Amino acid sequence: MAQNRARPLSPHLSIWKWGANMAASILHRVTGTGLATVGVLVLTWWLVAAASGQESYDYFLGWAAHPLGKIVLIGLSWAFFQHLATGVRHFVLDVGAGYELNTNRFWARMTFVISITLTAALWGYLLFVKG
Amino acid sequence: MGTGTGLGRVRGLGSAKHGGAHWVLHRMTAVGNLLLLPWLLISLVRLPTYDFTTIHMWLAQPLVAVPMMLLVISVFWHFRIGLQVVIEDYVHEDGLKFASLTALTFYTLGAAAFALFAIAKIALTGTPN
Repeated sequence: MAQNRARPLSPHLSIWKWGANMAASILHRVTGTGLATVGVLVLTWWLVAAASGQESYDYFLGWAAHPLGKIVLIGLSWAFFQHLATGVRHFVLDVGAGYELNTNRFWARMTFVISITLTAALWGYLLFVKG
Repeated sequence: MGTGTGLGRVRGLGSAKHGGAHWVLHRMTAVGNLLLLPWLLISLVRLPTYDFTTIHMWLAQPLVAVPMMLLVISVFWHFRIGLQVVIEDYVHEDGLKFASLTALTFYTLGAAAFALFAIAKIALTGTPN
């Protein structure tokens, strides 16, 4: 096929850059998948450990207090707040609002601000205020 | 019914009638999660400690055990729908898709059964001394 290779082809699949709205959309999926796997397993483990007795519950607590466990829990709480923020954003989009370019980008950015702020507030309180 | 184009083959058949309900249930369980998960988070933050006895006594109360069970149902139902959408979007081979959706269903129901049984056991057998 005789074709000029340099000719730009629609829809320019290789020419794009990250935008806040696409990041928010992808993060909604990624955090949802993470919460459904890691988050659900931790929640189920916590409940089953509490129902199984002191020893298995203390084993769970040991992991929860471990630095690695803390990182997982902090990550899960951020994933939850991010999924919550983008989820509420989806409710707004579902009713047909918030599609104007600037509004859409603003609220996509706000989901990151909200999730990071809430995660910092939660763990700041748990680790430094409550101790 | 035509046999030519894709549009010709499906024209006149109407919708499959299930997509809408699936979509609405996803939102409905999202509202459930929006009520129940902040409740869980705030309750946990307000607990004095997280040792076995405290958690047991807290979970054993009817006003905690029942919302906790509702939370498990709402959250698990929501993620079952969400992961199904993810699988249907990215897994296109029929056999692998069926296997993935089967594994997802077993995982959801299995984990839900463990979680609900654990809450019921704590609530119905009381706190050990």
